[in-house]
Amino acid sequence: MRLSFKITALTAALSASVSGHAFAAESVEVLHWWTSGGEAAAVGVLKDDLQKKGVSWQDMPVAGGGGEAATTTLKARVAAGNPPTAAQLLGMAVNEWSEQGLLGDLTSVAQKEGWDKVVPDQIKQFAVHDGKWQAVPVNIHRPNWLWINAKVFKDNGLEPPKTWDEFNAVAEKLKAKGITPLAHGGQPWQDTTIFDDVVLGLGGPEFYKKAIIELDETALGSDTMVKVFDQMRKIRGYVDPNFSGRDWNLATGMVLKGDAAMQLMGDWAKGEIVKAGMKPGVDILCVTAPGTEGSFLFNTDFLAMFPVGADKVDAQTKLASSVMSPEFQQAFNLVKGSIPARSDVPGDKFDACAQKSMADLKTAEKAGTLMGSLAHGHAEPASIQRAIFDVVTQHINSDMSSKDAVSALISSIQAAK
Amino acid sequence: MSLRLDAESAAILSKGTDIKVTRILGRSFIYGCLIIPAAVFLAPLVSMIFTSLKSMDEIRSGNILSFPKAITFEAWKHVWHSACIGVTCGGLKGYFGNSFLIVIPATLLSVGFGALNGYIFANWRFRGDNILFGLVLFGCFIPLQIVLIPMAGLLGQLKLAGTIPGLVLVHVVYGICFTTMFFRNYFVTVPAEIFKAARIDGAGFWAVFFRILLPISWPIVMVSIIWQFTGVWNDFLFGVSFAAGSSQPVTVALNNLVNTSTGTKAYNEDMAAAMIAALPTIIIYVAAGRYFLRGLMAGAVKG
Amino acid sequence: MPAIVLSPSLAVITVCVYGFIAYTALLSFTGSKMFANFTFVGWRQYGRLFENPRWITAIENMAIFGCLYIIGATCLGLFIAILIDQRIRFEGVFRAVFLYPMALSFVVTGVIWQWLLNPGLGLEHMMRELGWDSFSFQWLIEPDRAIYTIVIAGVWQVTGFVMALLLAGLRGVDTEILRAARIDGAPIHKVYTRIIIPALRPAFLTVFVIEAHLAIKSYDLVVALTKGGPGVSTELPSTFMYSMTFTRNELAVGAASATVMLVTLASIIIPYLYSELRNEPAT
Repeated sequence: MRLSFKITALTAALSASVSGHAFAAESVEVLHWWTSGGEAAAVGVLKDDLQKKGVSWQDMPVAGGGGEAATTTLKARVAAGNPPTAAQLLGMAVNEWSEQGLLGDLTSVAQKEGWDKVVPDQIKQFAVHDGKWQAVPVNIHRPNWLWINAKVFKDNGLEPPKTWDEFNAVAEKLKAKGITPLAHGGQPWQDTTIFDDVVLGLGGPEFYKKAIIELDETALGSDTMVKVFDQMRKIRGYVDPNFSGRDWNLATGMVLKGDAAMQLMGDWAKGEIVKAGMKPGVDILCVTAPGTEGSFLFNTDFLAMFPVGADKVDAQTKLASSVMSPEFQQAFNLVKGSIPARSDVPGDKFDACAQKSMADLKTAEKAGTLMGSLAHGHAEPASIQRAIFDVVTQHINSDMSSKDAVSALISSIQAAK
Repeated sequence: MSLRLDAESAAILSKGTDIKVTRILGRSFIYGCLIIPAAVFLAPLVSMIFTSLKSMDEIRSGNILSFPKAITFEAWKHVWHSACIGVTCGGLKGYFGNSFLIVIPATLLSVGFGALNGYIFANWRFRGDNILFGLVLFGCFIPLQIVLIPMAGLLGQLKLAGTIPGLVLVHVVYGICFTTMFFRNYFVTVPAEIFKAARIDGAGFWAVFFRILLPISWPIVMVSIIWQFTGVWNDFLFGVSFAAGSSQPVTVALNNLVNTSTGTKAYNEDMAAAMIAALPTIIIYVAAGRYFLRGLMAGAVKG
Repeated sequence: MPAIVLSPSLAVITVCVYGFIAYTALLSFTGSKMFANFTFVGWRQYGRLFENPRWITAIENMAIFGCLYIIGATCLGLFIAILIDQRIRFEGVFRAVFLYPMALSFVVTGVIWQWLLNPGLGLEHMMRELGWDSFSFQWLIEPDRAIYTIVIAGVWQVTGFVMALLLAGLRGVDTEILRAARIDGAPIHKVYTRIIIPALRPAFLTVFVIEAHLAIKSYDLVVALTKGGPGVSTELPSTFMYSMTFTRNELAVGAASATVMLVTLASIIIPYLYSELRNEPAT
């Protein structure tokens, strides 16, 4: 028993060392949750690129819950003293890992390649800590989009709503005709995606900054916030009764089929539209969520780099440099529906919605209205973000009054701090 | 037990020609009461199989419990050979192998240790033996989520992090509590005389175990194997936390395949993948079900 | 020799069960957020735990779920076991049908359960297609009812196992006693209620322990079916603990909830173990 165990261990060690020599001398292990067809294909671009540079790719995919399962795995890996070379993380998570002093350093390659000049400041603040580049941004998603079935709107003589009041008017008309105005999936992150839009749309960028990013108590307790919840209650009435737990892509499917007229969702919805053989911007219109024109909420996937042994630094650097290359940024984002995190990638190959997104990004960057999305992990650390999720989703799924929701919001943020 | 509700009770209640009618009525009642719940129990499985054999068009338009109009095995083939899980497009087959590499040693080791521990707790008296056994039993109830991080640290220190042996170790550790309970409860029911006679004949610790107890303990061996095999095979939490990318078990691959946050859902493929991942355990339950019951009868319930 | 053979198992259990429990209990008194740190804050995390409405919901749900799950599975399992015990044909087939859910994990069956219970896709949709237009089954999407769908799926999974345990027990009941009872002319239902079911007491206790531990560990079930929703209406202590520990970076609060769970569990299990191990004749 003992002996045989030793032999097994020995053979394992031997074979490990042999295979270590057999493969490329350099390798990277990347933990991510890009497992669906299109995204995985996009990651494949990165893998091939690295292989050309003599770096082999060890894939570590963990799907589920927008990265929740992957986070657990990452924690276990780090606790075991065996972190991957890089891990997909959202902005605030990069901050939290960085605060723990657990991330590596890419500053030298960043300086050599001049990343500082091409990445927007608001995104850089998640990637760079204490002057050190610790993560590389892969994309920029925009969650504040409203997707509209063009045919349904045309048939009913409707115009895309620009404010929440217009939205309500349009929705009432649709409802009167027996069409579900809004396709929605009742999951906390989807509820909060709408909440973000309503806060920004009713309160404006300054209010969003104060209430959501700074958690200013006067803003949180203000009448505007009460109105936000009033609007949330109205929106609840525009959703079909079957929305609980529905995945976002099924909701998108309802818009594609014309069962529902609109959806408030990020630009990853384009993947579904394209797959259904429709054209974003033509068959399915993309307009900024009501009242949020001029502002740009974003969420970005980062590959956060972990400290690795001296023998692996080179491979890690190559990985980071590949991710930051304009070619990868373009190839990946064409598939993913998002736009490149570098501002110098030409937009000619992208569709109309992505081009609008790129233009809006530039405007918002100048106007100071480029802001992290709460629902997508770029505004608050996990504990507070989830505390807000709790209140928003509780409010939508009960008959809680707006006033009660506001006080619940304040108290649960307090408790999570 | 051989209590036949129908014939005997009918004989007590009535005599003559009524017997046959009552018997038929009673039988119909019993089968009716069994078939209805059986149909309900089967519905999820049937629905999974049907869906896996349909095309996506048929799924979108049809009923989830309707029989497929045009049976196609495309989804099964795709999922097994060529579905993309992360960047590797080799289907589930490789992960299937990983699961076996984890399940087999983990099951054998935990059953082996459980048998020995059970034997000691049942047949050897020592100070505090019941308290110790109680402590082992309580180990069955530990919520596994809380052990993830400390266990990861431990595996890291043993240099087993991210390896299949590491994962096997974890499963053995938390499986031993159950297997020890099964074997101990079984061995307790073996008449003490057999054990004493063997001791008098000069049989030692190992001789008693291997010559006397082991030959009569196959029912509980089966119970333990089934329990451990299904438990380890179906594990997701440990697999996802402690396996490196290339050694992930099939449940983790299944999750990666099915649980994509962005992208269209191919339900036929999801169901085919789920069926493939579930096949070994279903086969074990169906094939070994009778031993399972015998094993339970033989000991586990007599505690 | 026994001591030598036993010691490796006891060593790993000491470390990996009791060591880790102690570690968790210790963490619950610290201010740990993302990873462990050992700045002690006394009972503060327990205070935060019990002020959290989500935890209160989780406990209430645990009570509802636990009771219905245990009672439902036990009654249904007993009913089926008695029927199967009537020397029926195809006994093996029936047993396999009732037992197979135990072989499947909810990673596998979660999607199909969501479908079956979803009004737009599953049972309700099917019944309406068949012409029963007023049929309504919307528990999955009603915050007050969703917890019952968790009970249904849970009972589906465990009933076969309960049936097997009780069937094994039924077949172990002394036939002599039954024969005597029948000769005395005792009606059949009295034979069951007075003789057979009391004789199954040890089997019921095993059933209870297995159900109790599955109920308190239920995690996959909720994640697969509702992910805790609608709202937070199907949160259970296990999902709460997981989300605090791993998703929300509130390690200490998660540890506090785990400690509360373990203490509760111990208070149920220890009396059981005590009575079981005492009443047993020594070998």
